[in-house]
Amino acid sequence: MSHLKRLTGLAGALVLISSLSACGDKIQNLAGQPKLDAAPYTGTGVQVFTSSDWKAGDKNSWAQQLKTRAQYGQNDHSRSN
Amino acid sequence: MARMKFICDAERCIECNGCVTACKNEHEVPWGVNRRRVVTLNDGVPGERSISVACMHCSDAPCMAVCPVNCFYRTEEGVVLHDKDVCIGCGYCSYACPFGAPQFPSAGTFGVRGKMDKCTFCAGGPEANGSQAEFEKYGRNRLAEGKLPACAEMCSTKALLAGDGDVVADIFRNRVVQRGKGAEVWGWGTAYGSKTDAKGAKS
Repeated sequence: MSHLKRLTGLAGALVLISSLSACGDKIQNLAGQPKLDAAPYTGTGVQVFTSSDWKAGDKNSWAQQLKTRAQYGQNDHSRSN
Repeated sequence: MARMKFICDAERCIECNGCVTACKNEHEVPWGVNRRRVVTLNDGVPGERSISVACMHCSDAPCMAVCPVNCFYRTEEGVVLHDKDVCIGCGYCSYACPFGAPQFPSAGTFGVRGKMDKCTFCAGGPEANGSQAEFEKYGRNRLAEGKLPACAEMCSTKALLAGDGDVVADIFRNRVVQRGKGAEVWGWGTAYGSKTDAKGAKS
């Protein structure tokens, strides 16, 4: 009887140990899930560096601002002709 | 808004390195790291051409494909960025990149390779827009300030164009029509390529 008790205890201990072994494992998922990046049209919140011709949070005004800036700053044909 | 692209007009580039200087100054890029550089072909002989080279933010970026820790991501505007907190500095991206864009600071003892650094199209990184952390890791976020990349905006001859792909292509097309030559856009085929359909055929 005591032999059976000992066996049951041993089996129980083994089950406990095997169920605990996973607790020590480190997660092995790829750490490489990049953080989500805020869209540029949301602005930086730093007024002093931000161009004043568009409204932060308004995607269309941001896109229009970049197009206008590209035309004004880079298209010298439109400025000279 | 189409996707962001660079065009370097080899007919106009005079190898002044203004773009390189503007980039280094704007982002306080460390010594030894050049996010942008000017390459001159046939130097000193008739037909010499210079082109300003940086990350082209490829449509199907090879760096993204080979990164073992998946640190790259593409923004809605088509800008290829990376997370320096995830990068392990293995250098696979630099072997894969056809433009030599990925750079590694080599200030450590025995030339230990640090985290990869590259052109961000002045779009910062995954830290909060305009934050100090973003500036220290990736430089200024000019796109979020409603500005275009500093290299292109500072280009004295307007050889380097940056912005919405449709807009810069229109500007370049108009130039080519006006001058009647120099229609070749260096690097565009490699970076933005031809579209491949589901069967793998190129169009």
